[in-house]
Amino acid sequence: MTLHAITVLGHDRPGIIAETTDRLAGLGLNLEDSTMTLLRGHFAMTLICAGTASDDEIETALAPLAADGTLTVTVREVPAEEAPAPAGTSWILSVHGGDRPGIVSAVVKVIAGVGGNITDLTTRLAGELYLLVAEVDLPAGADSSAVERDLAAVAADLGVGVTLRAAETDEL
Amino acid sequence: MTTNPRVRDWTEAELGVPGALREVVRAPAPVLSARGSDVDPTDPAVVALAADLVATMRVSPGCVGLAAPQVGVGVKVFCVDVSEHPKTREHHGTFVLCNAEVVSGSRNEKAREGCMSVPDFTGDVKRPSRVVVRGQLPGTGEEVELEAEAFEARALQHEIDHCDGLLFLDRAAGAHAVYARKTYL
Repeated sequence: MTLHAITVLGHDRPGIIAETTDRLAGLGLNLEDSTMTLLRGHFAMTLICAGTASDDEIETALAPLAADGTLTVTVREVPAEEAPAPAGTSWILSVHGGDRPGIVSAVVKVIAGVGGNITDLTTRLAGELYLLVAEVDLPAGADSSAVERDLAAVAADLGVGVTLRAAETDEL
Repeated sequence: MTTNPRVRDWTEAELGVPGALREVVRAPAPVLSARGSDVDPTDPAVVALAADLVATMRVSPGCVGLAAPQVGVGVKVFCVDVSEHPKTREHHGTFVLCNAEVVSGSRNEKAREGCMSVPDFTGDVKRPSRVVVRGQLPGTGEEVELEAEAFEARALQHEIDHCDGLLFLDRAAGAHAVYARKTYL
């Protein structure tokens, strides 16, 4: 049993997911985690599949998807990842403001600087408005107030707004 | 909002039977996805189940509610007790309801929920923050109606959903609104 990371990128149209997953099922592959979205209208999907097929067999099976040149498919065997270390605290980071180069890099540098890990991230541009929303884990012992201050300073330089909210879970 | 004094004053002592601990089942157990059956709240087996739910809730860390399907019994019975939770405002303490339903709800709010029966995920769910709930008390079978707000309202809806075969996953606010759990109680 091996794991394979598969990406499908390109021109969106109805039926891409149906066709991709049908071909993977035909190889007996099990879809484990996957995510798909539209990025500026482009179809973007990443899947991790488990099974006994080789990269070559998967590429061959998916080749018809890319035949008309509008989609790019990649397949690569990947190792099983260890479960991540327990998070210290979980946060939701939101940034929005006028679009300009360097917003993402400046903001995430603050998170990386304290050993924080981003576990989910979305950025969107609509007209002049730029938006970033991320799920952030800060290590135990990280000073979240200091992180907020540093983020506020970076945001002020960029002329954007930033908030860091605790990702609280209601246990029911 | 006014609390219902009958429900507020209710305690599991009214059941008159000691509760036993039951094992909490986890998704994908089919019982969690099946609509629970209505019960006769005066049935001794239902009274015993009510006592067991309260006892099991009490020993489960951070647990503020437990529905019968979560202990593998596909019926409409649940208990809640949000009295110790920091997000609670007015509340009714510990109580058990049978055959409960949400009569009305207002003021939607989104919050991230976790569930003992879905230990590896959390998810954003939008629910009314004020509800009127109707149900029957186990033992006497009295019909009661109560208003609940804030955390108690959310807990009631989460448990009533369990009795209807719904998990918070069924109400996820979007395709990217379910998350891998990072901290466990």
